[in-house]
Amino acid sequence: MNAFNSLMDGFGTALTPINLLWAAVGVLLGTAIGVLPGIGPAMAVALLLPVTYGLDPTGAFIMFAGIYYGAMFGGSTTSILLNTPGESAAVVAAMEGNPMAKAGRGAQALAAAAIGHFAGGMVGTILLVALAPAVADLAVDIGAPDYFAIMVLAFIAVTSVLGSSRIRGMASLLIGLTIGLVGLDRMTGQQRLTFGSLQLADGIDVVIVAVGLFAIGEALWVAAHLRRRPPEPIPVGRPWLGRADVKRTWKSWARGPFIGFPFGAIPAGGAEIPTFLSYVTEKRLSKHEDEWGKGAIEGVAGPESAASASAAGTLVSMLTLGLPTTAVAAVMLAAFQQYGIQPGPLLFEREPDLVWGLIASLFVGMVLLLALNLPLAPVWAKLLRIPRPYLYAGILFFAAVGAYAVGGEVIDLVILLLIGLVGFGMRRYGLPVLPAVIGVILGPAAEQQLRRALQISDGSVTGLVGTPFSVTVYAVVVLLLAWPLVRKALPRRRAGA
Amino acid sequence: MTTPTTDPSPASPSPAPAAGRRSWLRDHSELGVCVLLSVLGVLVLADALTMDVDITQRGPVGPRTVPVVVGAGLLVVAALLALDVLRGGRGQAETGEDVDLSEPADWRTVLLLAGVFLGAAVLIDPLGFPAAGALLFWGAAFALGSRRFDRDPLIAAVVSLVTYAVFDKLLGVPLPGGPLMGVL
Repeated sequence: MNAFNSLMDGFGTALTPINLLWAAVGVLLGTAIGVLPGIGPAMAVALLLPVTYGLDPTGAFIMFAGIYYGAMFGGSTTSILLNTPGESAAVVAAMEGNPMAKAGRGAQALAAAAIGHFAGGMVGTILLVALAPAVADLAVDIGAPDYFAIMVLAFIAVTSVLGSSRIRGMASLLIGLTIGLVGLDRMTGQQRLTFGSLQLADGIDVVIVAVGLFAIGEALWVAAHLRRRPPEPIPVGRPWLGRADVKRTWKSWARGPFIGFPFGAIPAGGAEIPTFLSYVTEKRLSKHEDEWGKGAIEGVAGPESAASASAAGTLVSMLTLGLPTTAVAAVMLAAFQQYGIQPGPLLFEREPDLVWGLIASLFVGMVLLLALNLPLAPVWAKLLRIPRPYLYAGILFFAAVGAYAVGGEVIDLVILLLIGLVGFGMRRYGLPVLPAVIGVILGPAAEQQLRRALQISDGSVTGLVGTPFSVTVYAVVVLLLAWPLVRKALPRRRAGA
Repeated sequence: MTTPTTDPSPASPSPAPAAGRRSWLRDHSELGVCVLLSVLGVLVLADALTMDVDITQRGPVGPRTVPVVVGAGLLVVAALLALDVLRGGRGQAETGEDVDLSEPADWRTVLLLAGVFLGAAVLIDPLGFPAAGALLFWGAAFALGSRRFDRDPLIAAVVSLVTYAVFDKLLGVPLPGGPLMGVL
């Protein structure tokens, strides 16, 4: 009941005219930027960070929530109408959605996706309301060794669950950790990797790293390989669904969240795995097997619902543990740090207005998203025709605005370009970008917790595994590390049986 | 499995003649990543080991420990990655909506973009944000192949001015107007 009352207070915050306005602006901006080809949710959030610099934290995060959901929805529009998704989570939407659009059922595909997002987001956010305070309560007592264990888990998960190559994930993580080391040591004030430079003593701002890796790196990478003739989007009218379609899809909408939510909450790559799982599930349960691959509407509805719910799941770990499980959450965590707010178990006690206002605005944002996106879909589809030179020039331009607005220093723009070149190289050689961003954000925090834990135990390493919680987390870490070996052993066993 | 040599240098034994060696290098350009990672590792280690920690050390773990671990990790990962590349492992280049990997990389555009970006960064202080931003947008669009001399500068100017107005006046994020805004 307590959570319910807090949520009602949250609605009081979210429904003030000004916050309602921020939510609407966030949803519109997020969708518009997310629809643009080549821009995924993480880049959208990173590029739109500076828009919120002048706002109070509550307004800023309400806007962010809208941007997050809007960008995810925008991404699926792109993959349905263009069929060349850049964001891994939107790949599944293209598998059935694009054949549907080609067959003249683009309007239905967009409607299935939009309602799927709405349903998944609603169920996911309700689960968030139910679970987050409980998780926060459980986590209030955890100490430095436990935090360190969670962060080690995040590092290992992000390098070994995602991507095809662990060693490349690890390289990316270490690059991030190195960038995180730059500046004054938080505990002793020692200069590290500053090479005597005063500017570097403050450290490299996380926002600059995120914008550099996500936006500049991507723009340069695309510039090097720009398609001579961009793919033609399929024209589409106002999304709608016939009764027969609704009959086929409502179960898929309902199933999606329960696949998406848990995967969002754990550091396993956000929407990538659950959208695929949902796709496979829907395919197995479908009565229209012959349609799969040629445009089965369940294959759009289920995965989109799962993706949206996974975004809500992501927020559980981000708000209660301060643990970002996706690139978007990582950027949002950076935004929290900009305001001097540390997400974690104490957030619900210290900033109840902010947290519950944010959660309530998720509901508001979802309704706005549905109400705006169904009528506006033809407009969004027009954005897909934007000339590519303008698109990527715009990305560079807004990245520069964001980095410059952080501190008004020209040197920040130079650092931004250098980090962008690193991001370019990482894309060229298949180093995933997410571990680097997680490394920059969690690295300094992990070091602090490690040193605090060792101070408490007077330098004894056993202090790191002194609690049942940390032991459990390390067990999961070992399991993750051993998984490839286990998997290698499995087929052999099956063959023997 | 082939027997990999752990030496990433171009001098490693190659049975092919000069032309073959060049294509071998191109095939194994990822070894450059290993070189960069190990350079970074050495840099981090050197910085950590030359740190003067006697006075400031508080608690059993000083400011040196984590950099040493990270630096050593970079060296280990560089070696492992080199091993992987020599065994035939390749990092997969990222794909995307507008990415066409079938053609070789267009380095001219990338360099031009980087140059335009740096130029605009330098010009922000003397010219102010609206002018430097417009140059950045136009220059980037030009580098990316847009040649509409009637339309491009106009769009660049509008984007830059509107952004400046929205951020500086509406959102309360200060950007320098420069002499141009002083006149207007």
